[in-house]
Amino acid sequence: MNFMASKQPENSLLGPEADSQRTLYPYVTGTSVVALKYKDGILMAADMGGSYGSTLRYKSVERMKSIGKHSLLGASGEISDFQEILRYLDELILYDNMWDDGNSLGPKEVHNYLTRVMYNRRNKFNPLWNSLVLGGVKNGQKYLGTVSMIGVNFEDNHVATGFGNHLARPILRQEWHENLSYEDGVRLLEKCMRVLLYRDRSAINKLQIAKITEEGTTISRPYSLKTYWEFSAFANPAQGAVGTW
Amino acid sequence: MFRNQYDTDVTTWSPAGRLFQVEYAMEAMKQGSAAIGLRSKTHVVLGCVNKANSELSSHQKKIFKVDDHIGLAIAGLTADGRVLSRYMRNECINYNFTYESPLPVGRLVVQLADKAQVCTQRSWKRPYGVGLLVAGLDESGAHLYYNCPSGNYFEYQAFAIGSRSQAAKTYLERRFENFTDSSRDDLVKDAITAIRETLQGETLKSSICTIAVVGVGEPFHILDQGTVQQIIDTFEIAAEQEGPAAEPDAATGRDTAAEQGTAADQGGSTDEGVAPMDI
Repeated sequence: MNFMASKQPENSLLGPEADSQRTLYPYVTGTSVVALKYKDGILMAADMGGSYGSTLRYKSVERMKSIGKHSLLGASGEISDFQEILRYLDELILYDNMWDDGNSLGPKEVHNYLTRVMYNRRNKFNPLWNSLVLGGVKNGQKYLGTVSMIGVNFEDNHVATGFGNHLARPILRQEWHENLSYEDGVRLLEKCMRVLLYRDRSAINKLQIAKITEEGTTISRPYSLKTYWEFSAFANPAQGAVGTW
Repeated sequence: MFRNQYDTDVTTWSPAGRLFQVEYAMEAMKQGSAAIGLRSKTHVVLGCVNKANSELSSHQKKIFKVDDHIGLAIAGLTADGRVLSRYMRNECINYNFTYESPLPVGRLVVQLADKAQVCTQRSWKRPYGVGLLVAGLDESGAHLYYNCPSGNYFEYQAFAIGSRSQAAKTYLERRFENFTDSSRDDLVKDAITAIRETLQGETLKSSICTIAVVGVGEPFHILDQGTVQQIIDTFEIAAEQEGPAAEPDAATGRDTAAEQGTAADQGGSTDEGVAPMDI
């Protein structure tokens, strides 16, 4: 009879593996990623914050990385899981390059590979706690997709993770159109990021914007958005409010 | 001769640096009935001569679809060919499931070659006794590969394997420079003509040959007998009109055989001395 203190309840369906091996909650997290398709490719934005619960602990976390020749990956959620994913992709791209045969994995292939990985981990009750945005261009074809920690995946003209879905997507639905110029795309993304900066408490005012086109990837150096805090609604938030809100 | 001392198992080298078991496997492939392949920039056509064991039995399947963009033709031990095509189908399906993208032919062919090589270096295995002509499309265009039992693979513009394939190869060698820019239909005609070369006098009918095509915008599929017979008819008629001089190797029986058409069933019985398991 095993008298050691075991965290597993008797009616656990999980089998002999110890619970401590599974991801239960995230620790250091990144907030929203927002991305859109524009004339020449994909634009993606993410701030550089890594929160430790409610503390804005790390302020130089690069949450967007280029993958192979044709793809760009942005992640929100657990930063260590994002780093793990980068290692998987590194190996994937390495083997792809080693074939040296003129074929290469494009954004669609990488997106589907990630979907398989995320979904399979979710099935084992040990998810990679991330929401991923995968964008890229190959042979003139633009691609933008997203995968969540439970394996939900889809493609669209503009995608976002976390709070971005609630605050940025509505803006994009109104203002995105086909063949945005680079400047218009950046302006639109900055508008989204500014709203997120005002309203998402885990956002910080230090962001990067990445662009990927047929020629390659560029990730901007970190910069900050101009903000305005003198709105009268900010000065006296409760004025004119009915009830406790 | 010395050959018999060193040919017992595949892991024994001969003093001349040869692996006789592998060479015997290539021999098995050469006994199989012919298979040919040719490609243009956008299409690949495979053709083979189908033999039936007797008039009562059906024809052996020698062309296999692996995926929408890949197919193969075999010569040699059909059972080995079937097993390898199952492996290839599996690889294609798995790749497609993971990446939602077709497996590039070049990579499949290398995996196949590596699989064949393993059998040349394990004492408890034997080499696959089948040669494969793999036709497929990928990002860089149309490709035709030849995989042999030794584990080698080569890319070809056009090739023929199996018994009496030399006749087809000669024909293809004369014409291959035109293939790159050939239209799909011309390619099919050339394939059928190449097959006819291997028959050497026997009547060419759609019941003894199979043609398959894969191309840009055209998934791999086997042409149905009616279509093939129509094409055969069109150029048999053309050959008659041009007169015997047009066909360089016009044996005397050739034109009369064409006129007889589908009359006599000369198909299955010409290949004596072929071991039952071989095709």
